[in-house]
Amino acid sequence: MKNDFRKCDDFPQMVKITKIVDESPTAKTFFLDCGMNCEPGRFIMLWMPGIDEKPFALSYLGKQVGTTAVLRGKFTQALFKLKPGDMLGVRGPYGRGFSIKKGQKALVVAGGIGVTEVMTLIEELKKPTVILGAKTKDELVFEKKIRKHAKELYVTTDDGSKGIKGYTTDVMADLLKKEKFEVCYTCGPEIMMTKVLGLCNKYRIDLQASLERYMKCGFGICGECALDDSLVCLDGPVYYKDEINKLTEFGKFARLKSGRKVTLQEYFAGHG
Amino acid sequence: MTDLSIEYCGMKLQNPTILASGFLGVAPLTMKRVEKSGAGAVTTKSISAIERQGHNNPTVVANEHFMLNAVGLSTAGADHFPEEWDELQIMKIPVIVSIYGDSIDAFVEAAKKICKFDIPALELDMSCPNVSKGGLEFCTSEETAYELVSRVKQVAGNVPVIAKLGPATHLLVEVAKACEKAGASGICAINTMPGMVIDIEARKPVLHFKSGGISGCALKPIAVNCVYKIYKNVKIPICGTGGITTGRDAIEMIMAGATTIGIGTATYYRGVDAFKKICKEMSDWMKKNGYKNLEEIRGIAHEPFANAKAPGK
Repeated sequence: MKNDFRKCDDFPQMVKITKIVDESPTAKTFFLDCGMNCEPGRFIMLWMPGIDEKPFALSYLGKQVGTTAVLRGKFTQALFKLKPGDMLGVRGPYGRGFSIKKGQKALVVAGGIGVTEVMTLIEELKKPTVILGAKTKDELVFEKKIRKHAKELYVTTDDGSKGIKGYTTDVMADLLKKEKFEVCYTCGPEIMMTKVLGLCNKYRIDLQASLERYMKCGFGICGECALDDSLVCLDGPVYYKDEINKLTEFGKFARLKSGRKVTLQEYFAGHG
Repeated sequence: MTDLSIEYCGMKLQNPTILASGFLGVAPLTMKRVEKSGAGAVTTKSISAIERQGHNNPTVVANEHFMLNAVGLSTAGADHFPEEWDELQIMKIPVIVSIYGDSIDAFVEAAKKICKFDIPALELDMSCPNVSKGGLEFCTSEETAYELVSRVKQVAGNVPVIAKLGPATHLLVEVAKACEKAGASGICAINTMPGMVIDIEARKPVLHFKSGGISGCALKPIAVNCVYKIYKNVKIPICGTGGITTGRDAIEMIMAGATTIGIGTATYYRGVDAFKKICKEMSDWMKKNGYKNLEEIRGIAHEPFANAKAPGK
């Protein structure tokens, strides 16, 4: 009977920060003395003792994993004060990651900090086309790295400070008129991803999107990260097109820390 | 097929497994998923009169021996219950609504708001170790427990009231009796046991709230002991909760005297299908040992003679 019990190792492990890299004026990658090799798109729960613990994408895999954060609120403010040699608590990896089918012509659409979720995916895919967008030039992350791995890279900024002025989805809409793709992978602001979904439905392209909701346990039992009848930490964070099309809350509702269901605007206003 | 059906506080259940409060009980659609996974009933996450954020993370950690949580009773608050109850109409199995308050007045206020609706039962979360107020002080004193239950009963109308008690007291039996005297229709025993883990590299407790509640495998012997003692001393039914992860555990709890079985941390160990799995294991054991229904095994651990088989109905 005990054979179907999960591997139960869900306490944070304190690991040293080995290196901190400035990826942009607002983003830093924290390399940790902790090895993980898993599918791209899985996440870890990162603990700063005395402060909080939050889900973070693994932007670098291997013997020393890396996680990239953007300066936003209390948690990242405290995180950015840390130095190599300081310790962070890590547990995971958690969730369902991206799946890659050999030989599929892939398009990756990454918006803002969402690029940290798809970076390892881009490296694993064979020369995908990538659309990378941010609000402004200073918020573009991993541009150089992606250029090395992509067949074609389109850069967009909302304010036109670099690349094409406009949204990633504007470029995606134009691109799909002339080029055919078999699969699209995306992570970014949920508003952006609803547009990506619309285009993938229109052009009948497979889609895998990395979603997020406020998390507490991170391993599928507290129920806080509910998205319709799924749990983002357990059934996601990667969702397939058919699944997303059935969701009533995607692009519309999310739950606050208290569990109260609110509009997406209110959710992002509160959670930054 | 073994008959696992049971009646508990006026609710007719197809099997005795009930989703314990605090697990998978935030969104109605998640509770529907629990129903599809074979639960006999569900208990909502505890709702208080006002909105509560709960604590920062880490709020839940676990290993093979136990789970430790201090989620801190986060809730949208009772003012949002009307729309939640509306959504919960999708449920076919009973939905026990759990409430919490940081004072007896707060409990009564929550009960007033909730009992306006046609809920099958109201469970009082009067033993949560993860809050500074409104937790352990209610389940460690006969007088306080009596006052809480009777004042809630005054506003609950016909809704059966279940008292959820905690293990951290030598007065557990007295408290249970006081709840029965005050009009409780059932006892849920037990809530989590206060505990702490310190990460020695971090030099700090792992949970943000520092202490939390222990659940899962390590809690089971504590829970069985509590249920055994309460069963000897009250007539109202008990939902035996604490560390039940297999059918054998469920049988053990029923032999101790439980009428229904609270399942929480088992969903961590075995997934949300834990309910189905536990029911099948119970059924298999009962068939193998010649028991046709749960009445035949309830409380038989109290009988003075070994190998005594309870008479069939």
